[in-house]
Amino acid sequence: MSDSGESVEDFRHRARGWIAANLGPVQPWDLDQDCADDAAELVAVARDRALQRKLYDGGFAGICFPREYGGLGLSPDHQRAFNEELAGHEFPSRFMVPTFTPCAAILLEFGTPEQKARHIPPILKGDAFWVQMLSEPGGGSDVAGATTAAVRDGDDWILNGSKVWTSRAYWADWGLCLARTDWNVPKHQGLTVFMLPLRQPGIEIRRIERLNGESEACQEFFTDVRIPDSDRVGAVNGGWTVGSRWMFHERMAANSPYVTRPTGLSGGGTRGSPLVAMAATAGRLDDPIARELIGEARALDIVTHSLNRRLAAAAASGTANVDGSAIGRLFHGMAAVRRTTIAFDLAGSDAAAWSEADEAENGAPGMDFLLRQVACIGGGTTEIARNVVSERILGMPREPSGDHGVAFRDVPRGPSR
Amino acid sequence: MWHDLTADQALFRDTTARFLGERVPLARLRENRNDPAGFDPGYWADGAALGWTMPLVDEADGGGSVSGRGTVDLALIAYEFGRHAAPGPLVDCNVVASALSGQPGDLPRAVLDGLIAGTTIATACLGAAPWQEPDVTIRRDGDDFVIDGSVRPVEAAGQAAYLLVSGRSESGGATQLLVPTGEAGVGIRALKGLDVSRRFAAVTFDSVRAPAAALVGDHGRADDQIARQVRHAAVMLSAESVGAMDAAFAMTLDWAFDRYAFGRALASYQALKHRFADMKSWLEASHAISDAAADAVADDTPLAADTASAAKAYIGHHGPELAQECVQMHGGIGVTYEHDLHFFLRRVTLNRLLYGTPADHRRLLAAMQIGRETRA
Ligand SMILES: Cc1cc2nc3c(=O)[nH]c(=O)nc-3n(C[C@H](O)[C@H](O)[C@H](O)COP(=O)(O)OP(=O)(O)OC[C@H]3O[C@@H](n4cnc5c(N)ncnc54)[C@H](O)[C@@H]3O)c2cc1C
Repeated sequence: MSDSGESVEDFRHRARGWIAANLGPVQPWDLDQDCADDAAELVAVARDRALQRKLYDGGFAGICFPREYGGLGLSPDHQRAFNEELAGHEFPSRFMVPTFTPCAAILLEFGTPEQKARHIPPILKGDAFWVQMLSEPGGGSDVAGATTAAVRDGDDWILNGSKVWTSRAYWADWGLCLARTDWNVPKHQGLTVFMLPLRQPGIEIRRIERLNGESEACQEFFTDVRIPDSDRVGAVNGGWTVGSRWMFHERMAANSPYVTRPTGLSGGGTRGSPLVAMAATAGRLDDPIARELIGEARALDIVTHSLNRRLAAAAASGTANVDGSAIGRLFHGMAAVRRTTIAFDLAGSDAAAWSEADEAENGAPGMDFLLRQVACIGGGTTEIARNVVSERILGMPREPSGDHGVAFRDVPRGPSR
Repeated sequence: MWHDLTADQALFRDTTARFLGERVPLARLRENRNDPAGFDPGYWADGAALGWTMPLVDEADGGGSVSGRGTVDLALIAYEFGRHAAPGPLVDCNVVASALSGQPGDLPRAVLDGLIAGTTIATACLGAAPWQEPDVTIRRDGDDFVIDGSVRPVEAAGQAAYLLVSGRSESGGATQLLVPTGEAGVGIRALKGLDVSRRFAAVTFDSVRAPAAALVGDHGRADDQIARQVRHAAVMLSAESVGAMDAAFAMTLDWAFDRYAFGRALASYQALKHRFADMKSWLEASHAISDAAADAVADDTPLAADTASAAKAYIGHHGPELAQECVQMHGGIGVTYEHDLHFFLRRVTLNRLLYGTPADHRRLLAAMQIGRETRA
């Protein structure tokens, strides 16, 4: 796979030296990406951009990206070795999902040579942050039911409609957008994917406040946004071919060869556990109930790590059905729910109210619990993952649908669409 | 299971799979339901000849494995045991064999020879696991040792010629002794149990005397070797449960397609499809952690103990949960003796309880993590 011929072990050795000399320890904002306010968020973003640039200048950005677009052209094993060496170090956490995957992964698969030459290098240098615009006010699970529409106008397209839940669109640079381009065919056959710069006339971006007060989610309103045909990704009305791979890369984000992320972050290493710190602060390190919860979370971390490796190995060797990524998505959602609940249980009644001083130990578990289901909604819901697993992996009959073989214009759509 | 087996490993596994299919089909297990041993000695010796009891034994002691990573090879066999709900004391014979491998003296060597040939059964009386209140004490008396206490459940104690007894010494550290089951003061009382073919007993020690030659390891310093034996057992039991989970899931999936209610196959109901999807995710995760545990223990990585306990805790919980879901999907037929499903439900349920429950292993995991972090 590697055309530079550098062995994984040589690469690992080189990476180890470079990381030790150039990167500091992992920071709280790498682990928890919710910042206190916009000012703090923008500081963190600037830092992530600089970190990504540092990786690029050091020759470690885009390990599995082709060399002609500024990457290293190495194998997933090289990326894995780098991630292992990165354990415990800072990294450009905000850039990984959705910029490197699914967005850059989709550009690599479906972009023209010109598109890749134009967009991949800025991504690798930390100059371009991408977002994914799939969900709409009328529905997110039924992605192919998008009603945001693009109409051909000479060499351009004119986009109208709205996307929603777009994470971080208010400071991002570019977006991948799934739009309807033909209403007279069944829904999957009338979609096209475009890329568009987010800061331009015709795009209004509104923030949406989540129940914990944070508002990284955005809604975009498109009014006659002009998109040159050269910014189309994939074929006209071939959007679902792109979209299926898009969803695959999204579900595989935890195991993607395009992602630089320290091993152990998803568990399985020897990194310190916030649960142990919580129990220590509460003086409960000898409490058997606390210990059982800590042990259960630890087991779950190690299992998650093992499953990630198994799914990544299956994907890399081509033995896995691509729908296998839905197993990982479902597992991650359910494991996250359990982990959040464990932390909440461990905090006990202290999670009800807290001071500045004990915000991390007591405030966070309560708020995380309120927002617990995010892990089963964002990135496609666990119900949809269950549909994929049961229908495409286990081969069970598909759900009856009201839109099969029907021109999209005639599909029943509920009052909200 | 593993995506990258060598041809030798695949042959090793497939040979055992074929053997189990021919020699102990479920019909045979039904016939042996009331057999005091649960299996016949010829079956065990023929199976041992395929290499079942040698992977954890040094080559110098007559052991060896097809891949050089005995723990992994043994996990392949254990997986097939689970898939066939096969009888026989696979876990305990291998735990004792691993303990005796490399031990000096004639007795361990003679017992090892018998274990490897399948002509001797030996089993572990775990009276001093990390999670146990000490059930057994072992003290020195002149040149001898004296054992007191009781352990239950002990697998195949009624069929075994030797017991690997672990107990607490005067110093508080653990001691392990190899004791003939016929020794004066050893009491073995058969118990009823959950599995159709696996037999258990309560074993009592009433001032049982053992000579110094019976010592395995050092007096009062056996805690590390016991922990290692528990890791091996956790790997085998986890792999075995994954095999049983695969079998239960496969037959339940077939049933979901064949069984109709209200004019539709069960497999067409979303409420049930989603439960199958959940089961599938537990199954994949169980495969992943079972393989990871075997790899980590085979290579004795720094996280071997964590990974083995994570496997035992996760599969110990999700094995029975999956099997009970399978029962539920079957409806009334699922709780009958006539249906095959219970063989696998029994197997995962039993395995959950042996060599540490999920709760025991969670506490071990917590102890390891807290130890690391308070030291750091
Ligand atoms: C933190 C977070 C970040 C996000 N970031 C982005 C982003 O960057 N870009 C983006 O485009 N979107 C993003 N989303 C949106 C997310 O993808 C959608 O919320 C999700 O796909 C569900 O769509 P919906 O909210 O419209 O719910 P709906 O589709 O209306 O679903 C409502 C409920 O019905 C269930 N349901 C729907 N259809 C079925 C079915 N066929 N079978 C069974 N159950 C069904 C769903 O599981 C859900 O429980 C984000 C969401 C969150 C929480």
